[in-house]
Amino acid sequence: MKKTPIFKTIDGAEAAAYVAYRLNEAMAIYPITPSSGIAEWCDQWASEGKKNLWGTIPGIVEMQSEGGAVGAVHGMLQTGAMSTTFTASQGLLLMIPNMFKIAGELLPTVFHVTARTVATHALSIFGDHSDIMACRSTGWAMLGAASVQETMDFALISQAATLRSRLPFIHFFDGFRTSHEVSKIEMLDEAVMRALIDDRLIAEHRARAMTPDKPVLRGTAQNPDAFFQGREAANHFYSACPDIVQKVMDEFAAQTGRKYRLFDYAGAPDAERVIVLMGSGCEAAHETVDALAAKGEKIGVLKVRLYRPFDGKRFVEALPKSVKRIAVLDRTKEPGATGDPLYQDVVTALMEETAAGRSQLKVVPQVFAGRYGLSSKEFTPAMIKAIFDNLSVAAPKNHFVVGINDDVSHTSLAYDANFSTEPANVVRALFYGLGADGTVGANKNSIKIIGEETANYAQGYFVYDSKKSGSMTVSHLRFGPDPIRSTYLITSANFVACHLPTFLDRYEMLRPLVTGGTFLLNTPHTKEAVWSQLPTPVQETLLAKQAKFFVIDATKVARESGMGGRINTIMQVCFFALSGVLPKDEAIAAIKNSIKKTYGKKGEEVVQMNLKAVDNTLAHLHEVAFANNKVNGTGALLPPITPNAPAFVRNVLGKIAAGFGDELPVSAFPNDGSFPTATAQFEKRNLALEIPVWDEKTCIQCLKCVAICPHATIRAKVFDAAELKNVPATFKSCDSRVPEFKGQKFSLQVAPEDCTGCRICVEVCPAKNKTEAKLKAINMQPQAPLREAEALNWDYFLNLPEFDRRKIKTGSLRQQQLLQPLFEFSGACSGCGETPYIKMLTQLFGDRMVVANATGCSSIYGGNLPTTPYATNKCGKGPTWCNSLFEDNAEFGLGFRVSIDKQKEMAEELLKKLSAHIGDDFTNQILFANQDDEAGIFDQRERVEVLKQKIAKLDLPEAKLLIPLADMLVKKSVWILGGDGWAYDIGYGGLDHVLASGRKVNVLVMDTEVYSNTGGQMSKSTPRGAIAKFAAGGKPAGKKDLGLIAMAYGNIYVASVAMGAKDEHTLKAFIEAESYPGPSLIIAYSHCIAHGIALDTGIGAKQQKLAVDSGQWLLYRFDPRRADRGENPLQLDSGAAKAKVSDFMMSENRFKMLTKSKPEDAKKFFAQSQVEADRRWKFYQNMAARDLKAETTPPTATA
Amino acid sequence: MDISTNYLGLKLRSPLVVSASPLSEDIDNIKRMEDAGAAAVVLYSLFEEQLRGDRLELHRQLEAGTESYAEALSYFPEPDEFKLGPEEYLRHIWEAKQATRIPIIASLNGSSLGGWIDYARQIQKAGADALELNIYYIPTDMNLTGTEVEMTYIDIVKAVKAEVSIPVAVKLSPFFSNFANMAKRLDQTGVNGLVLFNRFYQPDIELESLEIKPNILLSTPMAMRLPLRWIALLHGKLKASLAATSGIHRASDVLKMLMAGADVTMLCSTVIRHGIPQIAMIERDMVDWLKEHEYESVNQLKGSLSQKNCPEPAAYERAQYMKALTGYALPRT
Repeated sequence: MKKTPIFKTIDGAEAAAYVAYRLNEAMAIYPITPSSGIAEWCDQWASEGKKNLWGTIPGIVEMQSEGGAVGAVHGMLQTGAMSTTFTASQGLLLMIPNMFKIAGELLPTVFHVTARTVATHALSIFGDHSDIMACRSTGWAMLGAASVQETMDFALISQAATLRSRLPFIHFFDGFRTSHEVSKIEMLDEAVMRALIDDRLIAEHRARAMTPDKPVLRGTAQNPDAFFQGREAANHFYSACPDIVQKVMDEFAAQTGRKYRLFDYAGAPDAERVIVLMGSGCEAAHETVDALAAKGEKIGVLKVRLYRPFDGKRFVEALPKSVKRIAVLDRTKEPGATGDPLYQDVVTALMEETAAGRSQLKVVPQVFAGRYGLSSKEFTPAMIKAIFDNLSVAAPKNHFVVGINDDVSHTSLAYDANFSTEPANVVRALFYGLGADGTVGANKNSIKIIGEETANYAQGYFVYDSKKSGSMTVSHLRFGPDPIRSTYLITSANFVACHLPTFLDRYEMLRPLVTGGTFLLNTPHTKEAVWSQLPTPVQETLLAKQAKFFVIDATKVARESGMGGRINTIMQVCFFALSGVLPKDEAIAAIKNSIKKTYGKKGEEVVQMNLKAVDNTLAHLHEVAFANNKVNGTGALLPPITPNAPAFVRNVLGKIAAGFGDELPVSAFPNDGSFPTATAQFEKRNLALEIPVWDEKTCIQCLKCVAICPHATIRAKVFDAAELKNVPATFKSCDSRVPEFKGQKFSLQVAPEDCTGCRICVEVCPAKNKTEAKLKAINMQPQAPLREAEALNWDYFLNLPEFDRRKIKTGSLRQQQLLQPLFEFSGACSGCGETPYIKMLTQLFGDRMVVANATGCSSIYGGNLPTTPYATNKCGKGPTWCNSLFEDNAEFGLGFRVSIDKQKEMAEELLKKLSAHIGDDFTNQILFANQDDEAGIFDQRERVEVLKQKIAKLDLPEAKLLIPLADMLVKKSVWILGGDGWAYDIGYGGLDHVLASGRKVNVLVMDTEVYSNTGGQMSKSTPRGAIAKFAAGGKPAGKKDLGLIAMAYGNIYVASVAMGAKDEHTLKAFIEAESYPGPSLIIAYSHCIAHGIALDTGIGAKQQKLAVDSGQWLLYRFDPRRADRGENPLQLDSGAAKAKVSDFMMSENRFKMLTKSKPEDAKKFFAQSQVEADRRWKFYQNMAARDLKAETTPPTATA
Repeated sequence: MDISTNYLGLKLRSPLVVSASPLSEDIDNIKRMEDAGAAAVVLYSLFEEQLRGDRLELHRQLEAGTESYAEALSYFPEPDEFKLGPEEYLRHIWEAKQATRIPIIASLNGSSLGGWIDYARQIQKAGADALELNIYYIPTDMNLTGTEVEMTYIDIVKAVKAEVSIPVAVKLSPFFSNFANMAKRLDQTGVNGLVLFNRFYQPDIELESLEIKPNILLSTPMAMRLPLRWIALLHGKLKASLAATSGIHRASDVLKMLMAGADVTMLCSTVIRHGIPQIAMIERDMVDWLKEHEYESVNQLKGSLSQKNCPEPAAYERAQYMKALTGYALPRT
């Protein structure tokens, strides 16, 4: 008898993990968005001791890459375990070689794939089918789920089918749209799993496994005489598979009542127009078809479930016999093909079935190809209707795209964006929150409450910012009495809430509000005063839409309830009070109950704080009566981009920044992914509530603040007093205190609209006010009253001349920091520990720098649209930057070097050939130029400019060849940047090879000791005892010593630095690395939000210092040139420990948390870490103390 | 020589008790203290406020940066449960009890009435032989009256006494308008012992960095004068036991405190400075002195020079100060 169904609201990742965990024994995992969540769930459950279906805790191992993970899974399968992994996109591509093997060996397994875009002209973390389509030839079966419910169901169906068919399965569902959608679903009971999974088949799998007790040999090498036949020998497994899957589906239906077919049709039984697609778009199509068919339209949708093996017969059978025209929609692009993959399959199937006489269709339908939804591009009922409309016209557009305006190839279908099929009985709510305010968490909680405590269905989808600081989140919530198929963002909302008042000045958030809808604003203004504080367009919209308007000072309520900046609970109470989804009292009781459940484990204080916030809320929630008010607002919305920006930045990037990127046509975009640099300066984000203000009398002009600023928003200049003309009233300057700059003026200036308010500058400031010691040379003050004047000062400051680079002693921080940074205003976390290093590099070498950047945090804050931080100097020179992949970055950078060196060599060869025409002396000046310092490089640049003028006048083939190569005669600095996930794990093999190549490349590893960008998964750099994702019980192994490994080569410059501990040491290492004629490796300690430190208090640099003071992190430089001089190449630059390692560990939540979850293990790890730190220190000290001269001198013979 | 004594109703083999210090964080140290002759050990303090702070900090750290950026919706795995209460401390009590045969006295520093009661109950359950309440409170609110401050102490002690059956001592500061009255009122609550006195860590200024630094100074023998006077004044007037703490470094200090009327003497700085074997040295010296001076037992000595029993009771009062001044003659010029 079927048990009472249990409903839960979970996301697709958890749904897949729920089944995968229960049905596997061994897993190999690796983080990649958007699949990481599946692995994280499994790792967490394992660390909590949860058991699988057979009563054992699955064994989980994190690998160094997806290539490693699939290799391990292959091994697990060959030796008889039920094994799996989870991945997407590039990760899936890395698995392909092994997937061919696994299929060739008929090993049963299911890989759960959150289908994601494969990087082409750009990387995208979002969803489409380009990754799974790249696996078509591997021989794997593919089963695609369209919703969170189907994700759970198909995870089981594919597992049952793989055991029965022996074909490995990709179980895929759309990245983000399904993997991250929170939805109310019926949970699968373990009894259903037991019913579908046949233990005998598992026994057979084990019986086939490799064992010395029954030896076999696999993975042979075969020759032309044998290979082909062997390849055909497994055909019957493929032909049997569709029947097997259908049988499993039928058994599943018998158990659960949920019926699936390989191809599921929905719509009019006599449909003439049908669209065919797979993945989450099926749900939106189903909703649209239901709405339009109800009005008499003869349309339908065919949802493809089992994509491989493609059962042509069943496909045709599933179509209504009346069908005349079909649109096949692919969520991928295969340029140059006769059509995208699903289209080709459909055409082939129809042709074959018709030719074989098996088709029951009245006519052979016309088939049209369409493409939609790349990189999670919206796919809405409006677009779906446009597709059906296209099928109605006499000559439908073929190979069309929908969802974008293709004004270049003119392939797009026009659609009416106002068309909606949102059911009237669904409550639709939009919330605009600040990342840090807890809005998304509260909304997820609301969905849980409504989904699990009422009969309503619930759905939540969350749109995040690509910036990591001050990011906006938009929550899309739907609640209704029927299952919700709306797999698209809300375009018409009954309820809109704005959780941060300043967002209202920048984003048009009332556009989707329905007439008579409710708008809730968190504002410090009273219900009487708020009206005149609204932007004019907001007033106009509220009046036009006759909205209900409510205000609350949630920030104040949060503060008074002890919640700090977390207004989540307060706004959640307001939502329930205003939306009417639940009776108010019931809602409040449910919220309180949920608070106890959610926060109970964190202690009574946390619970009480939230309960107090709930109780304090309603008294502060007020309706604003404005129906008779006049429009008297604060003016237009703020432009997302400053008006002085170039046209492309304004018109294209600006549109993206404003949230209207979807409206940009194809022609707006570059066709090869090239974008201009220096664009972040035009996006004034005004994030800081407080900014640093300079006290020139206290300042000692050390410029530590300038060096550590992660966002390059505090800068210094030295200039002639004569430059001070038309000085803004509040602009400050004073005499320079640097002896070499005596008689010149000095100014320290903050960019008020770019500063993120992280305070790290104030924390590192060593100067103290003599009468009030709490004050330093820079002090935080509220931004709003300062904004206007300081913005003027900033502009004035920027227009002051840059100091002549040739006159700066770059080894002295207080001088070096006068160099213009060519990396500014990035979207990194406020207080980021990585960006100060990049900024320093660009100050030193930016005008000649070529950057290869591994995927990760630095590629996101370095290169995510809309605006990017790499900048140019006044001559237009600056770093040129590219991200290839995660795993190949060292090789990519080496490619730069080889190419640049070759082009330089060619230029020199051509120069020599042209010597007679341009002058031998001039040629020699260029060929033998000393470019070791700034002056040398400047001179060479000038010579090359002259050279270009000279050769332009020559009508010689060598001159024509030299023109595009001439700039290569000026030194180019190749920098390979990335994090520890790349350098220690996935890219280590390549990094090792590149370092061993001896070529002149510089590698900067920004070591945060975890995979920061994907949410803090353990890497081989993670220290012992640190809690990380995939190391929920604390990492049991110690940190890999990458520097030591590199030093072993003997000819690599290696440095270990921590700017927060010793900034001039970092500077020295950068300069030495660049000057070293071979490869260099700098490992830079980077504090990180993933360390569990209060970044917002500016603590980062202090943590770096504590890491060094405790001996947890060493400072050293290993310069092979010293060995050439007979000196010890290793210089240990940090002293003996001044603090205990445990002092450092207890100051960071990544370690401290273990004392709260596994105190005994924590004690053990802390003690081991101290022993290791002591040993490491002694080891390095001994190495650095060796007298190489004595060691290399032959011993004197003694009598 | 009978050096045994009674403290909080517990029979102790000697008056040498080790007071709360970081040394007792290690079970091996506690065993070594027992081996060196310590009659009882007061464990390091459990700070309720710190646990409370840790919980809030953990919550904030776990929420920081979450749900803001699509690729990193969180940064830490969250276990099903946290051990955010005094579990570790309770386990330590239990382990100390398993490892030794001497009384183990837990030390609790609370910051809320609920915390005092709840933790006191758990400490009793974990097996502590007695509980020392370490009321460490510096009133800085100018609107708070002395009476209110005093009532806070009384309320805490009453509440804890009502909750636990093990003996309860209270460790106090000397900063009351009339300490004698305070001692009497505390005694009336039924508290089993007074520990005199708590030493507050006083802040210091770092000249170079212009920062306030907590500068922990170990006590010197001078520090014992204050508790010596008050123990002498209180001896024989209260039901509660009296423990002397602060500045007890040598056997002579122990003897003086016992003569003033202390039931036990608490050792801390001297053990930190000279190591755990110092306990045995003090005992040996104490016993030698007692033998030399033909005492039969510690009990015989106890309170022999208290105000009640000393030849000149006024010596412990203010008059003694006046006398000292008037008796001081300026050198002739």
